[in-house]
This record gives sequence, C-alpha cells and structure tokens, in this order.
Amino acid sequence: MSEQQVHEFHEHLDLAPGDEEEVRVGPRLVGYLIGLGLSILLTATSFFIAGTDLVWQPSIPVALTVLAIAQMGVHLVFFLHITTGPDNTNNVMALAFGLLIVFLVVGGSIWIMAHMNHNMMQMDQIMPMQH
Amino acid sequence: MTDTTLRYAAHGHADPHHLRGLQESTLGHEGPAPKRIVTAYGFWIFLLSDIVMFSCFFAAYGVLLGQTAGGPSGAQLFDLKNVAIETGCLLLSSFTCGLASIAADVRNVRWYQLAMAVTGVLGLCFLALEVREFADLVSRGAGPTRSAFLSAFFTLVGCHGLHVSAGILWLLTMMAQVYAKGFRADICRRLLCFALFWHALDIIWVAIFSVVYLLGSAV
Repeated sequence: MSEQQVHEFHEHLDLAPGDEEEVRVGPRLVGYLIGLGLSILLTATSFFIAGTDLVWQPSIPVALTVLAIAQMGVHLVFFLHITTGPDNTNNVMALAFGLLIVFLVVGGSIWIMAHMNHNMMQMDQIMPMQH
Repeated sequence: MTDTTLRYAAHGHADPHHLRGLQESTLGHEGPAPKRIVTAYGFWIFLLSDIVMFSCFFAAYGVLLGQTAGGPSGAQLFDLKNVAIETGCLLLSSFTCGLASIAADVRNVRWYQLAMAVTGVLGLCFLALEVREFADLVSRGAGPTRSAFLSAFFTLVGCHGLHVSAGILWLLTMMAQVYAKGFRADICRRLLCFALFWHALDIIWVAIFSVVYLLGSAV
C-alpha cells in the first residue's frame, strides 16, 4: 500500500466529532440549512407552547422537555455531525457515557432532594418545638 | 535518511512533536489515527465533561427552584421576548459558524473571515442582551444574593455567558491566526475544535431556555 492509499484508507475509516465525509460545499450547506430550519421550527414551537392557553396546561412541561431533547438531537446531528455510522462509534460511546452521568446527576439530585423535603418537617413546625 | 530528516524538518513547524513521522513508520500495521481525529476526539471528551459540569448547575437549579425566600419567582422576573431574541442570535451564530468551517475546508479566506465576523457579532449581541437582563434584575432587587433560587439562576446562566465570552475571545484568536498564518494543518485542527465548542454552547443554551425560562414562566 502506498502512502497515499494508506492516507485515503484512514480518511474513510475514521471521523472526528464535527467531521463530515464530503468536502463539496453544496451538500454541506444544505445540511446546515436543514439544521437551522429544524431548530428554528422547534424553538418557535417551544416559545409558542409556553405562552398558549390552547393546550391542556399539565402537558406543557412534558411538551417543552420533548421539544428541547429533539432540538438537542438536531444540533448533534446537523451541527456537530455525530451520527450512528460505524466510523463514529467512539464519539457516540463517549456521548452515551456523558449522557449517563448527566442523567444520574440531575435525576438523582432532584429525586433525592424531593424525597428529603417530603420526609422532613417544615421549618415553621420545627421552630416552636425548640422552645 | 536525508529524505526522512528533510521530511521531519518540513513538518517540524506544523507538527512540533513529529507525530506524523511516527504515524508514517507504523501505518503498515494500523498505527495511530490521523492527528486531527485524535485532537477532535479529545476535545469532544472535554466538551462532554463541560456538559457534565453544567448538569451539576442544572441539578442545583432544579433543587433550589422553589427556595425563593419570599422573593420573586421566575415567572415574575423573566422577559420571554428578550430570551427569544437571545436564542435567535445564538442559533444564527451556530449556522454562520458552520459556514465558516465550510469556507475553511475549501480554503476561502474571504468567506471564512466574513462568516467568523458575523458569528462574533451575533455572539456579542447575545452577551449584550444577557448583561442587560442581569443588570435589570439586580436593579430590581433580584440579584444573586436575594434568594437561593436566584443564586442558582445567576450561576447557571452566568456560567453559560462566561463560556460564550471565552468563545468570542477564541473566535477572534482564530480569525487573527488564519489572517497571519493561513489554513495550516494545526490551525485547521484548532478551527475544528472551535466549531465543536461553539455548537456545544448552543446545545447548552437550548437546555437553559427550555428548562429555566420557558418551564420557569409556564409553571
């Protein structure tokens, strides 16, 4: 294998996070435009839903969470170019581990603290008992 | 031998640790990946650790959400119109940052500098709006010392603002480096990292405007 071939082989084998396979301008521009369009659409929907009376009120937090997760997905795919292709495995594995930690930290903290709030007496009940 | 020495000398400038020479000697049996892959992967890990740090601030905010100590809550304080404009600035700047990376890949200096300049201006608009919002909150007696809720709010949103400020400094550095040195291999690697950083900031902002501002005003 000549040096050039080896180089090309590596170019096809590995992708850095943020990398794209094509070097042509057209398809890449289209990719960014789709990403921008989708994220503007999702953002506008979020802002609309937060201030509207048209939907059932308790569904709003769920809808906002789903829209936010969808938009993060759009950013990951169209802007950071993290895909599920075999050449992207390392990046996806690192992302999955990061998400696990994020979920543990946020979910765990809120769950435990809500539990403690529930089990503890309120401050105004404790104060009179100290006298 | 002369050939190798010459090659080392030629790469020495862009590749001070001679990693490329190392690669070429070991490529026969699948040696280390190209340097830009390794660099970007390492930077990706840094970004994930940054996101984990933000998740701690989010957890603190979630826990302290109700602890307003008799002070104003989020629904009374937040101005969603301002937040919408801030979001628009960041989204567009992410797009122009993408344009800058395309321009860098096709080695077009003019489009690159233009896209980077627009990215920087949009980032500065975002920062100006955020500083104005913070100053407004403090002047209304809702500064970070008012309640645990406001401390958590200022820490979380302010930390993102600090990241954007650092990003703008980095952006100006990259514009100057390309102006002075052109699209050298090491500078292109830095550009790849910068683009990753800027897009990741946008992802964190999506979480902030959804969780802090929209959920905060809806509940």
